Amino acid sequence: MTSQTPVNELVSKPYKYGFITDIETEKISKGLNEDVIRLISNKKQEPKFLLDFRLRAYQQWLKMKEPNWANLGYPKLDYQEIIYYAAPKQQEQKKSLDEVDPALLETFEKLGIPLSEQKRLSNVAVDAVFDSVSIATTYKEKLAEHGVVFCSISEAVTNYPDLISNYLGSVVPINDNFFAALNSAVFSDGSFVYIPKGVDCPMELSSYFRINSGDAGQFERTLIVAEENSSVSYLEGCTAPMFDTNTLHAAVVELVALDNASIKYSTVQNWYSGNEKGIGGIYNFVTKRGQCKGKKSKISWSQVETGSAITWKYPSCILQGEGSVGEFYSVALTNNLQKADTGTKMIHVGANTRSTIVSKGISAGHSSNSYRGLVQMGPKAYGSRNYSQCDSMLIGDNAEANTFPYIRSQQPSSQIEHEASTCRISENQLFYLQSRGINFEEAVSMMVSGFCRDVFNQLPMEFAAEADKLLALKLEGSVG
Amino acid sequence: MTSKDANLILEISDLHASVEGQKILKGVNLKIHAGEIHAIMGRNGSGKSTLSKVIAGHPSYKVNSGSIKYLNKNLIDIEPEERARLGVFLGFQYPVEIPGVSNLEFLRVATNARRQNRGEDELDTFEFEDLVHERIKLVQMNPSFLERSVNEGFSGGEKKRNEILQMALLEPTLAILDETDSGLDIDALRVIASGVKQLAQPDTATILITHYQRLLNEITPDYVHVMSEGKILHTGRKELAIELEKSGYDWLNNSKDLMEEN
Repeated sequence: MTSQTPVNELVSKPYKYGFITDIETEKISKGLNEDVIRLISNKKQEPKFLLDFRLRAYQQWLKMKEPNWANLGYPKLDYQEIIYYAAPKQQEQKKSLDEVDPALLETFEKLGIPLSEQKRLSNVAVDAVFDSVSIATTYKEKLAEHGVVFCSISEAVTNYPDLISNYLGSVVPINDNFFAALNSAVFSDGSFVYIPKGVDCPMELSSYFRINSGDAGQFERTLIVAEENSSVSYLEGCTAPMFDTNTLHAAVVELVALDNASIKYSTVQNWYSGNEKGIGGIYNFVTKRGQCKGKKSKISWSQVETGSAITWKYPSCILQGEGSVGEFYSVALTNNLQKADTGTKMIHVGANTRSTIVSKGISAGHSSNSYRGLVQMGPKAYGSRNYSQCDSMLIGDNAEANTFPYIRSQQPSSQIEHEASTCRISENQLFYLQSRGINFEEAVSMMVSGFCRDVFNQLPMEFAAEADKLLALKLEGSVG
Repeated sequence: MTSKDANLILEISDLHASVEGQKILKGVNLKIHAGEIHAIMGRNGSGKSTLSKVIAGHPSYKVNSGSIKYLNKNLIDIEPEERARLGVFLGFQYPVEIPGVSNLEFLRVATNARRQNRGEDELDTFEFEDLVHERIKLVQMNPSFLERSVNEGFSGGEKKRNEILQMALLEPTLAILDETDSGLDIDALRVIASGVKQLAQPDTATILITHYQRLLNEITPDYVHVMSEGKILHTGRKELAIELEKSGYDWLNNSKDLMEEN
């Protein structure tokens, strides 16, 4: 915001992550059946319990219907046209980064995520996931000194089978919904985090998801377990090349917080969103849920959703432990023909639980942006409270903003507050800023970041700056 | 060409402009030189505010014909933000509220945009705070307004003080103040008038758009123009404003002895 140039530079490059890495990829043939699931499981040399988990999920999925209640509207997907496993060809089991294909390292470096020893981000450990596999995790040893486990989920299946079989599917059951069932059947890789009792994770943990193949779906799975009195902050970033076909991304994230544990989960989602005519882009169907299992535990979701052609995502908290806290801070920006239906669910089970929802939706172009949120007070949620604030900003005359709040209370001593507002960036506001020498793009970006400030304040610092720039970039040419 | 024309800041020739298809300006001519203060008066709907917005480049106002020359540049072809950087300043009649944008940050970005144009270094947060705390004295504004969102929840008077603070920071070559006096009590009016007077320099020019004589009691204009139906109907010295206050605008329509002398 200090000078004009960075914004101009940004807006002149519509999607700078749209490149494709030319790398030999191992893909299985498209389509889904039990054999495909066995093949995936076999490739990953999984124990039997996991194969059974997958097969049970697949059986459930076959009986389920794709949900159509969201305010999205997209052409029907043919699940037999999707490739369910794609991985860069390389020797199995990397011992060190030196063995990782340089083309992959270069890809992540181009994305601003250097993985090599010298250049890696200080104080952020990164798990880099490329298509279906995790290619590297940094700072593993340093974290291990504190007893923190941070690795790919495939590795965790081998090394920590008990933790996996205990917690996988414990927050998002395999038959939770259509996309979660699909993910449970075919998930490829993702991150696993375990924070032992009494440990505050010494550094930020981060996963970076990169889709490279145009015809392969990405089904990542993340599981974070925080034991009693522990804490962790986890960041997630996502990008994909520009393809004129739609790519399916159906992820599941499960968080478990025990007594007094705290998990902060931040996402900057910048999947390719399709072009200005709505061709191409990622279909992003994600189930994220945290369980505040222990007393006074806390789970906080913050998300900046700017990419994807379709976003269907409701990071939620089950507030089970007495006095547990759930938070959801969201900025969702849609432009061109993007559609987003996103929000949260705060399920208050235990007594004296608290939840806060702050949602900022920005709709530009011909896009549609819906907030959908559930606040539920169960019969035992004595004295529990919720505060929700849902603000929408419209840019231009053709965008759509909706708010669908659902409130259910079975406990009369609980309190629920909901505030909502809608505003529009007006020509007069823009002219006012312009008449003070501030150019058009910067004027829009100032107003948008002002609108989002409550949420940006919740993001880790590096991410907040990034998110600000990202919004400016996404709004190129959307006003006027 | 007289020697005076070397000091020409603004020259508007036969300007026609419309908004939403409705013709508002119907042949405005105006010349303003360095060091001058001009007052533009007229009834509601006479085109005064439209003229100020057209000079500043509001996108809703369309120039149909004629020219606006500012320091020998054709303003019509220049984006509004570029006009501001070149030193054109419009003090708004109704300053716009911009929720979420910090007033201090807004003032700093605006000041730096102008400084950049003048080949001056950008001010960092600390340098700018020093500058703004010095300039804010001019308008006697409470510094707590710097911490708030731009104009949000400001009273009418605070909004106008904030406008003049912007003027003090941007140091415009041409300042157009659109009904800056409206909605002000007499004390606030004096503060603002004194601020404007101090900011008027030998190498700058000021246009005061107003309904009333009372601002002109505080700031003596060199010229007074009366607009009617999209044209400047009469031009005179400060006495014209006094006469208008006494006799109303109807008196003008019947009077033939006032000739354009600019």
